[in-house]
Amino acid sequence: MQRAQADGAYEMWKEVLRRADVQWIHDEVKASGLRGRGGANFPTAIKWESLPDNGLPRHLVINGDEGEPSTFKDRVLLEGDPHALVEGVCIEAYRIGSHRAFIYLRGEFALGADRVQQAINEARAAGFVGTNILGSGFDLEIVVHRGAGAYICGEESALIESLEGKRGMPRIKPPLPIHVGLYSQPTVVNNVETVCTITHILKMGGAEYAKLGVNRSTGTRLAAISGHVKQPGVYELEFGMTLRDIIFGIAGGIRDDKQLKFFLPGGASFQWLINSDEHLDQVYDIDDISAKLGTTLGSGAIMVYDQDTDPLLVAWRLAKFYAHESCGKCTPCREGSGWIEKVLYRMSHGLGRPNDMDALLDISAGISPDVMKAPFTQTTICPLGPSPVSAVASLQKWFRAEVEAACGTEAQA
Amino acid sequence: MFTDANKKRATEIVALYPKAHSAILPLAHLAQDQDGWLSPEAMDEIADYCDTTAADVQGVCSFYTMYKRRPCGNLVVSVCTNVTCLVVGGPEVLERLEHKYASDHDVFVEEVECLAACGNAPSMQVNYEYHEHLTPESAEQIVEDYKAGRLVARGVSGGLA
Amino acid sequence: MINVTIDGKTVEANPGDLLIKVAQENGVYIPRFCWHDRMKPVGMCRMCLVEVEGIRGLPPACTMPVAEGMVCHTETPAVKQAQDDVLEFLLVNHPLDCPVCDRGGECPLQDTTLAFGPGESRFVEEKRHFEKPIPISDVVLLDRERCIQCARCTRFADEIAGDPLISFVDRGGHTQVLNHPDHPFASYFSGNVVQICPVGALTAKPYRFRARPWDLATVETSCGQCAVQCRGALQSSSNRLVRLLGVDSDAVNHGWLCDKGRYGFEYVHSDARVREPQLDGKTVSWPQALDAAADALRSARDLHGAESIAFLGGARGTNEDAYAIARLAKGVIGTDNVDSQLGDGLPAELILGVNRAAIADLDTAAAIVLLAPDLKEALPVLHLRLRRAALECNVPIIDFSSVPHGLTREVTHALAPLPGEQGKRAEQLVGALNGNAADAIVAAAAATIAGRSGNIVVVLGRSNLAERSDATVQAAAALAGLANVKFLSALRRGNVHGALEAGLAPGILPGRVTIEHRDAVQQVWRTAPEVPGLDAEGILRGAIDGTIKTLVLVGADPIADFPDRALAIEALNAVGTIIALDGFGNASNQRAKVMLPVTMFGEKSGTTTNLEGRMQRVNQKVSPEGIAMDDWRIASEIALRLGDDFDLELVDEITAEMIKVSPALAGATPALLASSHDGVRIPVREHATEIKVRKNNAGLLDGEGAVSWEPIKADVEAVDVELATHESADESADESAGEAGAAVIDSGETPSADKATITAPTAEASATVAPTAASVLLTWNRIAPSVSLPGRDAYAVRLVSGPALYDHGNAVNASASIVGLRGPSKLLVSAADLQRLGVTNGTEVHVASAKGAFNIAVHAARGITQGVAQLAMGGERGANALIDVGSSATDVRVETIQ
Ligand SMILES: Cc1cc2nc3c(=O)[nH]c(=O)nc-3n(C[C@H](O)[C@H](O)[C@H](O)COP(=O)(O)O)c2cc1C
Ligand code: SF4
Ligand code: FES
Repeated sequence: MQRAQADGAYEMWKEVLRRADVQWIHDEVKASGLRGRGGANFPTAIKWESLPDNGLPRHLVINGDEGEPSTFKDRVLLEGDPHALVEGVCIEAYRIGSHRAFIYLRGEFALGADRVQQAINEARAAGFVGTNILGSGFDLEIVVHRGAGAYICGEESALIESLEGKRGMPRIKPPLPIHVGLYSQPTVVNNVETVCTITHILKMGGAEYAKLGVNRSTGTRLAAISGHVKQPGVYELEFGMTLRDIIFGIAGGIRDDKQLKFFLPGGASFQWLINSDEHLDQVYDIDDISAKLGTTLGSGAIMVYDQDTDPLLVAWRLAKFYAHESCGKCTPCREGSGWIEKVLYRMSHGLGRPNDMDALLDISAGISPDVMKAPFTQTTICPLGPSPVSAVASLQKWFRAEVEAACGTEAQA
Repeated sequence: MFTDANKKRATEIVALYPKAHSAILPLAHLAQDQDGWLSPEAMDEIADYCDTTAADVQGVCSFYTMYKRRPCGNLVVSVCTNVTCLVVGGPEVLERLEHKYASDHDVFVEEVECLAACGNAPSMQVNYEYHEHLTPESAEQIVEDYKAGRLVARGVSGGLA
Repeated sequence: MINVTIDGKTVEANPGDLLIKVAQENGVYIPRFCWHDRMKPVGMCRMCLVEVEGIRGLPPACTMPVAEGMVCHTETPAVKQAQDDVLEFLLVNHPLDCPVCDRGGECPLQDTTLAFGPGESRFVEEKRHFEKPIPISDVVLLDRERCIQCARCTRFADEIAGDPLISFVDRGGHTQVLNHPDHPFASYFSGNVVQICPVGALTAKPYRFRARPWDLATVETSCGQCAVQCRGALQSSSNRLVRLLGVDSDAVNHGWLCDKGRYGFEYVHSDARVREPQLDGKTVSWPQALDAAADALRSARDLHGAESIAFLGGARGTNEDAYAIARLAKGVIGTDNVDSQLGDGLPAELILGVNRAAIADLDTAAAIVLLAPDLKEALPVLHLRLRRAALECNVPIIDFSSVPHGLTREVTHALAPLPGEQGKRAEQLVGALNGNAADAIVAAAAATIAGRSGNIVVVLGRSNLAERSDATVQAAAALAGLANVKFLSALRRGNVHGALEAGLAPGILPGRVTIEHRDAVQQVWRTAPEVPGLDAEGILRGAIDGTIKTLVLVGADPIADFPDRALAIEALNAVGTIIALDGFGNASNQRAKVMLPVTMFGEKSGTTTNLEGRMQRVNQKVSPEGIAMDDWRIASEIALRLGDDFDLELVDEITAEMIKVSPALAGATPALLASSHDGVRIPVREHATEIKVRKNNAGLLDGEGAVSWEPIKADVEAVDVELATHESADESADESAGEAGAAVIDSGETPSADKATITAPTAEASATVAPTAASVLLTWNRIAPSVSLPGRDAYAVRLVSGPALYDHGNAVNASASIVGLRGPSKLLVSAADLQRLGVTNGTEVHVASAKGAFNIAVHAARGITQGVAQLAMGGERGANALIDVGSSATDVRVETIQ
């Protein structure tokens, strides 16, 4: 705590309480153009504006479920700088007028949970959390809640269900959590990184923050780079760099000086890119990459694979993940992801059949009718359903020939 | 049955939430840390604390992979084989540990999804404590260290040791 | 109302209604599995995907509220493709074993696949496997391989029944439904999940493999197990009843049944049935038995006067049975010592004479005042309706129970009177509503009521059979003084309300009139009593003191059912002659001189009347066991032998005569009763606007095996019903009276004809002035008896007792599927009292009252006040062995056994 405070922790929280100006927080964050870092990129200030004024208590829920394959940026914040999170929670809770905030951490983050809980205890001892904080009249309790192993609980409505002590199955929307959330009361759900960023924005000034980045992708974000790169890890990236800069500059290029084969620029759920100038020269910009290449920056994970990687194996492992993590609510996701996994298992383990790839496309169409289209359409409640379809679509788009070679072609059959 | 200390803890946990039902997950962690698994009796007891039925607690807890509905020894070894670990040796670590501890009732080796430790893949957790940059050999050594008490394990649900 | 366009057709709808329902009501069937009209949508099966203009992708119709101008398409190629895909996905893990599946032939998955599905599956991988059917309770089996994860069963158990004893377990493709290993799915409502399961995953032991749907013949009827009288579809195969399915009646049961109703009909075919008449214990022919009964009654009347004869019972048959018995007793023999209640009810004047509520009034009430036994035990589906009112409609419940019960969790204000003090507490509540609150609890309850508009609905029954009814009557008298109050009766026995309406109570004549108003009845009856007779307690005491010499038991077993068993035994031993009309032998009728076997559920047709005064058709499905006869026919045969020819040959003729003499039924006709969807509520004229006439029911219950997973609902068109006068009602009845059982089924073809007969009172007919209903219908005088409670014995506990669902009656004893569900009797006390006794939970103790004593296991229960003990009625160790009806409370001593 002493070290954190020496680094300026809780200075901003004190400032907020001193100013006692909710609108100021709002205006700065709005000016910053901050978009949520949980994967959906929704502008944080706009979310706040949707809060209904219906007299019901409001809740702040911090999403630290971080379960998307190869995403590990929030863990760094939780374990490395828990006071920054607590301070961010205080400020955001103050903004929305919530007196009870929940930090939902995936169950495996035992260490992170300990650290955050300790930070809360220290903050309480120092009077930053609790009742009548620093004499301001503002009360705030923060509860750390550990999940127990379920990726879907990262989806905000499933997370709320889980926090209510239920099976983490996404809710039908509308209503959105902001209107009817935890305990059927208005609830703001924000990612760990998003909350931490709010403090920075207030320090820097929203307009100043917005000068970083490009277009509507303002500021910086944490990216978790992994796979066959020389220097995997979490980096703070400014929007606007090219993917080439990121993979070959920041992450040091491909290990053992092999060739890049393909990479996933935004986590496991979206379409893949390959070793082409078009793809590597793409700018790290949320909207631009989606408009030009039909994929998104998602959770900030970048997975990089070298020339020797079998794309079928990666696709199968992703499908296995989604089949394992499907909550089971929607028929297409529950049955379709398992079916896709079974077919991909055969294909990636030398048991492929000639028409397997077409079968995969057909099955995928039952989950995501326009298989190749991005952003995807879906027959399911939440986007987990169509996530494995991104892998199928990527195989079809970039590796059809390789797949056919592995499984035999129609003609050979 | 919760010990007296854990009964007290359970009551405190329930009080953290506006609705007792929210305490199902933390109480299940507590029970599992205490007993090494989540027994039917524990679910029954949790149901009482959370104002619901045992069937509901069972339904909720079985949704989450961390809860073990069978005794699984003192060490839960979770090896990631997801897409980053997959390509840098995760499956080999898993295979080695599964083989080595196949008949060791004290060590439960499981394959898990991404543990958010891909920067230093391959990775695993032992009772939810991270171990990264593994080789099959180093992984085995770590488990042995826990078994010998050279490393102190958390509870099997990740609670403090 | 807003406009919505579905497949090019613009229709009107209420804003917020779900698209799937709006479409269905307008003739567009959108396939579905998870959606059920009576439960909240979950949108999980994804079978109902449609296109809605302006919305990206394919939203599910079951979660989509309609909005003004919405344009929706249900048959585009994209929708068809999605339907194909979802079905293919569902069949990925669903076994293709239709020929051996219990649901084969009536399986929505099978049907939907044929109608909407792909040709064949391309799935070549291994299917998911589970251990074959596992029992999840004593009556329900679960085949998890067949489950398609629609969550209908789990949602029903949680949302509707409030028994979340099954839930989804595991996740994703491994999701299965399961109970906790130590807690079976022992819900009183478990059969409903079998009915609403869209595949053969859940099956009921009693029905499993008993029949194939195409072998079944079906009629619509009402269940007779309790006074809710849920609508059901009764099915038989080879002249045996095999299944009862819930039919969705908006007014009554919303499609649900309790398990006692669903499986309890097994008693009909039980070996224990009395199948032939008996005289002095020997089998005789009908003429011999009827002659003997008539002789006994004639000589008793001639020797000792009509008042020496008494009738007990009549609440278990049809209205027609009850009416004929009433006419025999009061109109032929001339005795008014007639009671269809057995000391376990409330005064007839109260039940018939207060402002009556309908079940549906619960949903819109300002508040519900609960002055009743545990409804989960006594009137299970009424319990569901109260749960719904509380949870879905947010109606506050103000509870007068002194012990915990099935709705305790839903109670808003618990006034918690001690046994015998309900009246005092009710007076306090009324006081609080007038500004003088006795304490904070009544003040809060009064504030809740005052803050809401609508009627106060008092659910009124006997919350405690171990005390006299006086305190309840006192409470009712206080509450009846409120301006906007209505009463919903919570009397339990099957057709007790029909029996009361037919005049089976002292001082009462058919049609909600007292004996002072004999005019209507005397147009038809030879005589009618002039002085009020005795009630059940009076009759039993009369038997003991010798004034009652002949007792006719009409399906009544006072030894089992009268709250004071010792008194009943003494009376039945003392009485001179017993004549019994019954389907079973029992302790009370074992001494009967003449035993007359009667038809039972499913063997007879007619009408019954439920607790809200709703009169509905019941229909025959199988021919009677042995040579059993309808009660009404027995009554008219005996009357004939006593010199009074009823001249009634058909059920509908009785119905018509009953209507003719009953002011409360003015305007009804047998045809109207047969064709009105939810029956008619009594007094008919008062509720005429509620009557909806069936437009077409043929498609549903035509004997081809009803579709059982959806709420079976008649297709109803509201027809304005102008009620005929008495006379015209009579005429039209003659025209349309047909074979009773056929009436409902045929009604599909006759709506216009019916309408004509209903709405065309002829000029002459309306000129003949009938007694105007309003002028004579009974209103309760609100005179409350004074209640004086005995002083408390410091070592005793005061007893509270009510019925248990699985009681000791014939329906349970003689129904193999449910008799095993009845648990052992136990005495429940507060933890403090258990501690005072110094025994551990579950230990046997000795209980003793002035009337009896036995050993019984004692358990601590949450929510019981110190000094109060709870024990159910019935059986060897039932409260009725302890109760003294002479005392206004029953105190029992509880002692440890050395
Ligand atoms: C399947 C799925 C998993 C998700 N997992 C996470 C997660 O682990 N962490 C997270 O912050 N958001 C996750 N999200 C996004 C959340 O639903 C939500 O958009 C986010 O928490 C909002 O916070 P933000 O506005 O700060 O980004 C997930 C969404 C889906 C559909
Ligand atoms: S898409 Fe999959 S994970 Fe998402 S709600 Fe549906 S079944 Fe659950
Ligand atoms: S009926 Fe709409 S999703 Fe199941």
